[in-house]
Amino acid sequence: MKKNVKRFFSGGLGQLTIPIIAILLLVIFNLIRDPSFFSIGIAHNSDGNMVLAGNLISIINGASELAILAMGMTLVTAACGGQDISVGAAAAIAGSVFVKVLKSSGGNIHGGLVVAAFVAACIVAVLFASFNGTLVAVFKIQPMIATLILYTCGRSIAYWINGGATPTVSSPIINAIGSFIPGIPIPTPVLIVVLMAILFRLLFHFTSLELFTQSVGINGSAARLNGINSTFIKLLSFVILGVCVAVAGSIGVSRLGLINHETLLLDVEMDTILAVAIGGNSLGGGKFKIGGSIIGAYVIQMLTITLYAMKVSSTDVKAYKAIVIILLVVIGSPVVKAKFSKFASKVFNKEKKAVVKGAE
Amino acid sequence: MGKNIFKRKEPLTDTQLLMSITICIFLVMYLFAMIFLQGGFLHAQQIFDMLNDNASLLIVSCGLTIVMIGGGIDISVGAVTSLVVMSCVLYLNRGGNLFVSILLALGIGLAFGLVQGFLISFLDIQPFIVTLAGMFFARGMTTILSVNPQKADHAVFNALKDTKIEIPWLGYVAKNGNLVPARIELGVIVAFVCVAVIFVILKFMPLGRHFYAMGGNQTSALMLGINVKRTRFMSYILSGLLSGISGYVFLMHTGAGNATNAAGMEMNAIASSIIGGTPLTGGVGNVIGTLFGTLTLTTIKKIVVSSGFNDPWWQSITTGGMLCFFILLQSIVLSRRGKKKA
Amino acid sequence: MQEDTLLQMRHIDKRFPGVRALNNVDFTLRKGEIHALMGENGAGKSTLIKILTGVYQMDGGEISVEGEKVSIRSPQDAQKGGISTVYQEITLCPNLTVSENMFIGRGKGAWVKHKALEKRADEILTRLGIPARSSQQLGSCSLAVQQMVAIARAVDMNCKVLILDEPTSSLDDKEVNMLFTLMRDLKSRGVGIIFVTHFLEQVYEVSDRITVLRNGELVGEYLTKDLPQVELVAKMIGKELDELSDLSESDVHEENFNEVLYEAENLSSSDAKPFNFSINRGEVNGFTGLLGSGRSESVRAIFGADKVTGGSVKVKGQNVKITHPIDAMKHGIGYLAEDRKRDGIIAELSVRENIILALQVMNGIFKPISRSEQEAFADEYIKALNIKTASRETPVGSLSGGNQQKVILARWLLTHPDYLILDEPTRGIDVGTKLEIQKLVLKLAEEGVSVTFISSEVEEMLRTCSRLIVMRDRHVVGELKGKDLNQAQVMKTIAGGEA
Repeated sequence: MKKNVKRFFSGGLGQLTIPIIAILLLVIFNLIRDPSFFSIGIAHNSDGNMVLAGNLISIINGASELAILAMGMTLVTAACGGQDISVGAAAAIAGSVFVKVLKSSGGNIHGGLVVAAFVAACIVAVLFASFNGTLVAVFKIQPMIATLILYTCGRSIAYWINGGATPTVSSPIINAIGSFIPGIPIPTPVLIVVLMAILFRLLFHFTSLELFTQSVGINGSAARLNGINSTFIKLLSFVILGVCVAVAGSIGVSRLGLINHETLLLDVEMDTILAVAIGGNSLGGGKFKIGGSIIGAYVIQMLTITLYAMKVSSTDVKAYKAIVIILLVVIGSPVVKAKFSKFASKVFNKEKKAVVKGAE
Repeated sequence: MGKNIFKRKEPLTDTQLLMSITICIFLVMYLFAMIFLQGGFLHAQQIFDMLNDNASLLIVSCGLTIVMIGGGIDISVGAVTSLVVMSCVLYLNRGGNLFVSILLALGIGLAFGLVQGFLISFLDIQPFIVTLAGMFFARGMTTILSVNPQKADHAVFNALKDTKIEIPWLGYVAKNGNLVPARIELGVIVAFVCVAVIFVILKFMPLGRHFYAMGGNQTSALMLGINVKRTRFMSYILSGLLSGISGYVFLMHTGAGNATNAAGMEMNAIASSIIGGTPLTGGVGNVIGTLFGTLTLTTIKKIVVSSGFNDPWWQSITTGGMLCFFILLQSIVLSRRGKKKA
Repeated sequence: MQEDTLLQMRHIDKRFPGVRALNNVDFTLRKGEIHALMGENGAGKSTLIKILTGVYQMDGGEISVEGEKVSIRSPQDAQKGGISTVYQEITLCPNLTVSENMFIGRGKGAWVKHKALEKRADEILTRLGIPARSSQQLGSCSLAVQQMVAIARAVDMNCKVLILDEPTSSLDDKEVNMLFTLMRDLKSRGVGIIFVTHFLEQVYEVSDRITVLRNGELVGEYLTKDLPQVELVAKMIGKELDELSDLSESDVHEENFNEVLYEAENLSSSDAKPFNFSINRGEVNGFTGLLGSGRSESVRAIFGADKVTGGSVKVKGQNVKITHPIDAMKHGIGYLAEDRKRDGIIAELSVRENIILALQVMNGIFKPISRSEQEAFADEYIKALNIKTASRETPVGSLSGGNQQKVILARWLLTHPDYLILDEPTRGIDVGTKLEIQKLVLKLAEEGVSVTFISSEVEEMLRTCSRLIVMRDRHVVGELKGKDLNQAQVMKTIAGGEA
């Protein structure tokens, strides 16, 4: 037991230590604050469906876009050693395309059209992602700078796509994507996250993408001399992120039933990078765990909802979030960890000595 | 071997090369605007307006340039600027002292620099995450202070704010026949002082050279006997301090505090630094370049508006294009030089 | 003697998790001597040096300089104590000028006086005969010159103790001689020099005294003139050299090859001038020449590691195009790169992942090797090559240099290559592993694998290769085989004498 505790503090859980500690702390905090925080009820929504409701559901539901983006971002981070800061802007573009295609039929939205709209959004998002990827992989520009371009002008491009308007779409299908499919009590975005996670799992199972991505991220030169096409791997990571962006953008639009280029997934790039970092992945690339990033996304969302539940206004949330983030990274920083494990081993050794003495 | 040592003129260093490119492009662009767009571009006031509007951007860009030369990043600068604006307005409106308000601005900036610098340098936490948290914190604090816009209502401050330096011989004759002298706000003077001071620090003080060494190769810098942790700490302190100054200059320009002040300023500042020849890779760059970077960024926006592209999206799309152009240009130039060396 | 003592390290202990890197080691340096610090990889040389320069903190023991006890907690402390180090890897800043690299981190004043410093730098550079200009950006100098600038910096700091950690590995003969002149000059001025190197001849050429370490323990301190080379090697590896005689030269020089495996005509790349080359099935040949003669560049061109610019290539008689490493791999060529850290290992990945990497790449991204197969492969080669690792899941970066090299060898052997290119496989690894690798090369050749072997130690190549291609100034200047294959002839050809 003691050994386990010791291992736990010296980072024995590997990179998942921090996100798991964070979730536990938040859960304990909420239980103390308000035990009913985690109660899950069944409610009738406006369409008369039986659905699950409660803070936990809104946390898991609300983090969907973030979780999806974090999955793609993890791959880009691992392969390129940098982050894409244009995901929010790109999602706005994808969302705009999604709406534009939906609007093209003049109001009659059927299943085929939604699929077509999603495919169009995917294509556009992948195109923009390829642009970013080309700058990074071919021109060897740092990801943050390369994506700064799209970050700067992405939302304006989204604005331009719909001619400066913020059109709305309303249809049962869109509603089903954004909230609930009739008859299923779990929010659809959550199902999409699960689907994406399974897709990623399958991708890593049926290809060697994980090994190749890590090799490229850790030692690009060696990877190249072992025949890995690192340009392709980096580009591919951006393309996969592009697909994630299209999915996230489409969910975002479906939730609200409208596209607002200014506010759709605003500041999500920062949260996404944070999710990756809280998930214990090095922002400098290399080894990665997608699962960590997903947990990271839920940590962020749980924090946000907890703050809302404490009646913190949505504009002020950022300040509290910042404090928690800093606390988390300070605990996780190698320096503090080293100090802590030194301290822990001292304490444990003392106890051991005491035990030995007692035995004598 | 020793014979030809002094004969050849040295080739430009990377820093000089990138800066020269930016200055040339800026001059060509401005000339183009003067010839084809005329209008305001023919008056000196155009440049002064650009400076008046962007003095605070220039100041934070200088801070960011220091951090970027050292191989780091600070994305909290815009939010800190905004927090300083709001804090100072509220303080002044409660009948505060002008001098103390300046100290308040510097103090807030310094506090951010100290905390962020400590976390990054001494606890080895990634700068992006720390300054991201700093940005969240500053933005959140701004709205906690006040969600509503606040106008400065302080006699001495308003007098200071409206003080402008007039240069008659750079003025122009308006349509009604009156001479309109060129006007420069005090903030611009502050900005130029900042540029000058930082130029001297970077070029002629050991600390400045240590920033370059650290950005060039951190391990080497350590081996050369440079206290890398302290040097990195200093870079974030300077950046924080400059954000504080920038906030005050921002307030002197607008005279009001608003939660959305300086929104997106961090990215504009990064863009200014990059266009000015300070790549994020570190070890290369210069504040004079940053000055021209800021001017280039502003000029291109003015040109877009003057050319009749009034739709709101054009400005940022052009900025993006401009950034893309410079980033590609620098990447190609530097990699070609790298090849020649090898 | 006692008053001549400059630096004394006594009872030095250093532990790393799971390893005792130094155990009660003493080391004494006297004024005006060149003292070689010798040992296999893992003997503790670099740990001792890093303690002395403040990179690591020792766990026990004491250090005194000129009789006074000192505590060295950082590189700055070491510098202040008069201890300067020039490392194998250049530890200067390529983005600064030469003069700044010489003076940065040392100034006391509030201002940097560029002009004055540049003048002083030029004086020093001229005095030491270093072909660099003070106002030049350091990155625009060659690596050798950068290294000499580092020495110039140390010299100018009036250091009492100068540590040269593998300073000659990237220098050519002329530059090595220049360096030795410089070292003797410093020695005559009373500087104590600690010289770490893998080149035995250089030790005997320049050093006065030798301290040998083995497995973190002190073996002894000897006067160079009293210690024959064979004995030195014996002390370093801790066993007699009988094993070396296992590899007699007669084993390998038979020529009954009947199939040309690889043939290149006028092959050139962005870094290699056009050359012709061929190798038979089961043959071991080698490229030799000084560093910078183009030997590594040539084999890189064969593997497609650099941009191939021209020439035609035949593998097993078929015309093929090899422009990328993956093309070469598909034609059964493997390449162990010169720089193990930069081009070889994926440090944070496990031994298992490092071993299966090349095979996985050849299988393609859509045909992953199953976990159980990976483990079987890894275990097989860990056993076959006697790789010393805690487990197959240990990150390869935590292994010793020799074992890392074996992992990379395993990686290529697993692809069952027809033709294996080994560029400096024995550099920077211990003598025991060197022998193992040489034996492995000969065994592979017997099994019908062709091997191109490159080593900076000519003796090693003579023992393994049946044919040597000699390069000078990026051109092939000779091909030696049969009775021409001896040290004298190789040296002559390299140096450009009559063949």
